[in-house]
Parts: sequence; structure tokens; C-alpha cells
Amino acid sequence: MGDFFNVGWSWAVAIVSLVSIVACAVLLWLAGKAKVSAAAVARGDNTTGHVWDEDLREYNNPLPRWWMWLFLITVVFALVYLVVYPGLGSYSGLGQWSGQGQHRSDVQRMRAELAPLYARFTATPIDQLSRDPQALAIGQRHFMNHCAQCHGSDARGSKGYPNLTQGPSAWLGPLSGEHIVQTISQGRQGVMPAMGAAIGGEAAMSDLAHYVLSLSGSPHNEIKAFSGKKHYAACAACHGADGKGNKALGAPNLADNYWLHGWGEAAIVSIIKNGKSNVMPAQSAWLSPEQIHVLAAYVLSLSGPAPVTVGATALPARTP
Amino acid sequence: MKPGPSSSPAASPLVSDPPAPRRVIPIAAHDSALVTSLYQSEGKIYPRSVSGWFSRWRWTLVWATQLLFYGLPWASVNGRQAVLFDLAARRFYIFNQVLYPQDLIYLTGLLIMSALALFLFTAVAGRLWCGYACPQTVYTEIFLWVERRIEGDRMQRMRLDQGPMSARKLLRKAAKHGVWVAIGLWTGLTFVGYFTPIRELMGQALTASLGAWEIFWVLFYGLATYGNAGWMREQVCKYMCPYARFQSAMFDRDTLIVSYDPLRGEGRGPRPRGQAAAAYRARGLGDCIDCGLCVQVCPTGIDIRNGLQYECISCSACIDVCNTVMDKMHYRRGLIRYSTPNGLAKGLSATQMWRRVARPRVLIYTAVLSLVTLAVLGSLLTRAPFKVDVVRDRGTLARVVGYGTVENVYRLQIMNATEQPQVYRLRAEGLEGLQVVSLDRVEVAAASALWVPVRVQMPPAAIDPGSYPMAFRIEAGEGGGLQLLEKSAFVVPR
Repeated sequence: MGDFFNVGWSWAVAIVSLVSIVACAVLLWLAGKAKVSAAAVARGDNTTGHVWDEDLREYNNPLPRWWMWLFLITVVFALVYLVVYPGLGSYSGLGQWSGQGQHRSDVQRMRAELAPLYARFTATPIDQLSRDPQALAIGQRHFMNHCAQCHGSDARGSKGYPNLTQGPSAWLGPLSGEHIVQTISQGRQGVMPAMGAAIGGEAAMSDLAHYVLSLSGSPHNEIKAFSGKKHYAACAACHGADGKGNKALGAPNLADNYWLHGWGEAAIVSIIKNGKSNVMPAQSAWLSPEQIHVLAAYVLSLSGPAPVTVGATALPARTP
Repeated sequence: MKPGPSSSPAASPLVSDPPAPRRVIPIAAHDSALVTSLYQSEGKIYPRSVSGWFSRWRWTLVWATQLLFYGLPWASVNGRQAVLFDLAARRFYIFNQVLYPQDLIYLTGLLIMSALALFLFTAVAGRLWCGYACPQTVYTEIFLWVERRIEGDRMQRMRLDQGPMSARKLLRKAAKHGVWVAIGLWTGLTFVGYFTPIRELMGQALTASLGAWEIFWVLFYGLATYGNAGWMREQVCKYMCPYARFQSAMFDRDTLIVSYDPLRGEGRGPRPRGQAAAAYRARGLGDCIDCGLCVQVCPTGIDIRNGLQYECISCSACIDVCNTVMDKMHYRRGLIRYSTPNGLAKGLSATQMWRRVARPRVLIYTAVLSLVTLAVLGSLLTRAPFKVDVVRDRGTLARVVGYGTVENVYRLQIMNATEQPQVYRLRAEGLEGLQVVSLDRVEVAAASALWVPVRVQMPPAAIDPGSYPMAFRIEAGEGGGLQLLEKSAFVVPR
């Protein structure tokens, strides 16, 4: 029991508990045997015989005998409880009960209850499962619990957190069940090295940024983009000569209109200058492979060609 | 009268002049003037059967409350149990209403109404609740009836208990406890039937396939009924019930209570039947013939002639029995009657006492009770059949999409409190240009709650960065339906 500084505390708690219980039992026994004093009986006024401050006497209002037995039952209950359950200092009890153990067994029981359902889900390929309303309803709940904190309730993410509804072209990898399962269970690390020195100078980076903007047809300065093109050679190794990225390397497509780390010259210059390191944490520690299977089906459905109905909710269609 | 701590034979304050010496009527074997231990084994009380106007009222209420209690779970509405508290799904079906845990305020309202009603009734006529409607009284009455049918009335029961064990005694005791246990189990099953559909429950009980928790609660309530109504009886009222004690604090000198009229009754004593009033008055006797029946019928074993005592549950059995005695003696009824301390002391007539009912305390209780009742009923009748909670996404306060459009994400929990699937339409308002861009039409299954992610957008550069109050307007149906307005905030990032 980590709450105690040392063994002494454990002993102190155990001794205080036991002495209190025994003291209660002794008090009950003594009070049960006590009689009204002879003087009070002689006076015949139903007082206990206890006189205080010369003339204050205590009226005898006897407790029902069955109440005393209830008290004794609580004493016995307390002793049995302390033998079976943890309570006496660090003694863990005959029943070996613990809050963590209770939680573990509850989780196990729920998993066992859900096992037949998940068995059916895991037997179904993910792309097929992504059209199963029951699996999607469960997957959506997993998403709300484990993914929505970063990716948003609507899965559209925000700056630094990818939008999961973008459709195949925007995925940094093949849009397949296996790929999603791998991402969820093992996580991902995205690294772009700082390229400031390689490009050379603020003006060069600004020009390059306008060239990058021009790749997707975003508003940009034509002259700067023209002079920035020559610096792009340093980027082409990963992002490709046409800027369409390289899924094998995890290099994002610069020619589409999806801007994970911010849109505009300032945001692009900052990334060229400082590089970027982004992490999606692995989820396999708290999600079982079966749960990840169902969750992946839900995530896959977000990029599906048509709106998918989950429960009674129509989920948002993919962005046009 | 103060809620005294004792049942001591302290004389009622109403009796100012000490009357003739009293004969102490043995209530039970243990009862003596002196208690020498600090604990007391309570003697068993054998209430004698009684019939009369108040007794009929009590039986009327026994029937009314028990028909309601045992019958209600069997009623059906909309193809389901009319009253069902589904704790697992957290839906509470009460006739046509489907209540959610968020409707807890109605339970609070009900409890406030019950408390105020208790205050009101108690201020007007004492412990009416205890005497006629309390489950402890009602089940004790039923169990006593069983006891009387099997073991006979007071004297026969006392003789049976005192006698040695015999086949006849064993048979009667077994029969009595058998019937009691059966009533207890039926009560337990009925009680659990308010939380688990009762038809399934009874089916499971018949095929001995009840779940562990059902068995536990059926036995728990069965045992509570059997123990409290069969064994504990008045001990519950005297030593366990908090209401018993605090109701006495709501009495005042104009509260109608079961009272013995000492001015008319004292001194007590036997007299030949038919003796003229003048003759026994001349011997110092009042109308009380000291037959002791009022003590024998008392379920808590007190002598009402000692005045108001905290044990008195206002069951009025002593009124009924005393009236039959008065009839036999050809005396006026009402030696024991509902009267007020002021009424007895000042000799007020019934009309005068009733006029004093309209005193400030009673009027204030009535006014507050009426207001709360109207408020609760009004709120229940105009309750929107759906609820919405708005929760902003916390991970992302706001995001910029496209070329500067600001987007906020919310989760709306829509709770459908009807038993049909419903369609709800969502609108965002409160800011110029605000628009729901995710699906704005949501279908929610019957008596279900649904979390819906909702995206709301604001055109680029429409307002300065900051947080702005806004609201969702949620409308039930396809137009013209009931609307709810739920407030939230819209954040525009820097």
C-alpha cells in the first residue's frame, strides 16, 4: 500500500482499528450488564442513579435490547470484513480484493461479453466492414474516446492534426485498412529536416514559398514564384519534381489544397526554415487488435465515396 | 406538547388537577413502572381487533395503496410497461413520459411536494400519514389481519404464545409465517418489477431463472416486509423512523390530535350499566368506565389517557373502540376523539376548532405547496420532448479552412424523449454569417440519445479574433415543431 511512508503507519492503522472495535464490544457488554443503582430503584422515578452537580439526575430511557444485538452484529461484520477485505493497514485480506483487480475483472468480463460480436467483425475485411452500420456505430464511439481529442469530433483535425476525411489523394500513404491499422497501433512519425541553410536566406525562402503556393494554384506572387523555382530542387528529392509528394517516403503532396501545418507564405517559410517533426502516438497499449480493426473500418469510412449512416446519424460527406 | 423522550406515565399537561388514583393497566408482561436495566427487552404487543369509522378509513387506504402498488407494474402504455425505471439504460418511463437522468429536478419537486404535504397534514391533523398511509402501518395491518385469521384475536394469541409447543401451535405458527413470507416475497417481486419488466421477472421467477441481483433485491425487500410488518412493527415507529419524531415538532396547540377528554372522563371507574349520570358523578366518576379497551387495541401499546405521546401513530383505533363502549353504555360518543389541545383546554366546539385550522402556519404551508405543485405540473406538461447538450471540441478551439473561413466543431447530444424516431433540424445563430455546414438534419431513434458532431463556419475576416456567444436552435420535426435554444460560444483564432 503506497499511501504509507513506512510499515509503522500500517501497524498504527491496524492497531487503532482493532482497538476501536474491541472497545465498542466491551462498552456494549458493560452497558448491557449495567443496572440502575439501588438508590434510584428505591426512589422509583426511573432515573439511572447517576447524579451530577448535586441534583441533576439522568432519566433512564432504555434502548430496546434488539438494538444492542444490531450493534454486536456490526462488530462481527467489521471483524469479518477486515479479515476478508483490505483494511487493516497494508494487509490485503483473504479475498485478495483490490480496486485495480476489480477494474481488470470488469474489463475482462465486458471483453468476454463482446467477444462474439468482435469475432464477427474481425472475420470481415476492413473495407467491407466500413459499410457495416453496427461496426461503424461502435467504431465511432472508439473514435470519440481515443481519436477525437486531436482529430476533432468530426475527424477533420486542425493545424498539425490531419484531416481524416480528405479522401485517397490527401492520405500520406495508401488508403487501405492495413495501413490504417498500422498507423493506429504503431503510431507515425513525420519528420521534415530544417532546410533553411540549404535554401539560403530569407528572400530565397520567401520566393520558394510562393513557388510552393503556385503548385496548388493558390494565390501567389508570380515573380517571386518564378525566382523561387530554382530553389525547389532541394525539395524535389522527397516531394517530387511536380510537388505531388511521395507516399513511400511519407512526403506530403504540395500540389493539393490541403495544408496540415498552415497555409500562406509565413507558415511555409517557417517549415522550410525550421523543419517539422510530428508524431501520432501508438494506440495498441489501450486498444485491443479487435477494437483497432473496427476503429480502422470507421476511419476508412470517413474517406468513403458516399456519406455513411452510423446509427441514426448521417455522417458528413467528404469535402468537395 | 413537546416530543418527549419517554413514554413515562407523565401526566398530560391538559390534566391540571390530579384525578383519583389511577389503576395501572398492564400493557404487556414486561411493563412495570420501573426499568432497572439500560436495555429493555420489548414485550410483544397483541393489538385487539377493532372496527369503526376510522378503521374503515384505514382499510380503504390499505386497499387503495396496495392496489396501486401491486397493480401499477402490470399496466401497459404504448406497448410497454406503463411505469418502469430502467436503471441500466437510465430511462424512466412514467405513463406517457420518458424521463432522462437530466430530469432529476422532477424527483426533487416530488420530494419537496411530499415534504410540504407532510408538514401541512401534520399541522392540521397530526400524524395522518402514520395512521393511514405509511407502508409500515399498512403492511402491519395486513400482517395483523393474517395473524388474526390464523391465530385468533388478542386473547387467543396471548394464550397460544404462553402455552407449550404443540402440534396445533406449530401448525398455526407455520401457517402464519408461511403466509407472511409469501406476502413478503410477492412484495419483493413487485418492487423489483418497477425496475425490471415485471412480466419477464415473473416468468423468470416461475422457471427459477432469476438473475443474481434480482434474487438479492427480491429477498431484500421480501425480508424487509416480513421483518418490519411481522416482527418489528411498532419498534420501527418508535426507534427507527425519523418522521415519527419530527412530525411532533410540527404540532401546535390547534393541531387536531387523538385526544382523551379528561374533563369528561375522569375519574375512571366501573359502574353498573344504566346508572344515571348524576349517580356516578356523585361518586366522583366521569364517563370513563376504565374498561382498558383503548389500551388493548393500541398497536404501539400506549394508554391514550396519559395524553399525547410520541409513540402515538394517530391510528384512531382507541377512538373507534371507545365509541363502541360509549354506545353500549348509552353515553355520548367522543370521550376519545380528534380534538386540539386548545379545544380541550378551552372547551371549543368542533366549528371553532375547524375555524382555527385557517391559521397562518397552515395557510403558508398550503400556499407554498400549491405553488410548488403548480410549478412542477406546469413544467412537466410543457416539457420539451427532447433535450440538447452542446459540448465544444476542446482539442481544437477553432480552425481555418480554405482561404480563411473559420470553423468550430461542436458535439451535440440530442436526447429524444418520445417513443417514436424523430427528425431534428439544427441552425446556428447569434452571429452574422454563421452557418452549420455539416448535416443539419438528424434522425434520432425512439427514446435514444445521440452524439452528433457539428461543424459551424464563419466567412473569412468577418469578425475580429475572440470568443463570441452564439446559440444552436434545434427544431423538432420538418418545420413548425418545438424549438430549443442552446447557448455556446464561437471562437475566431488570431
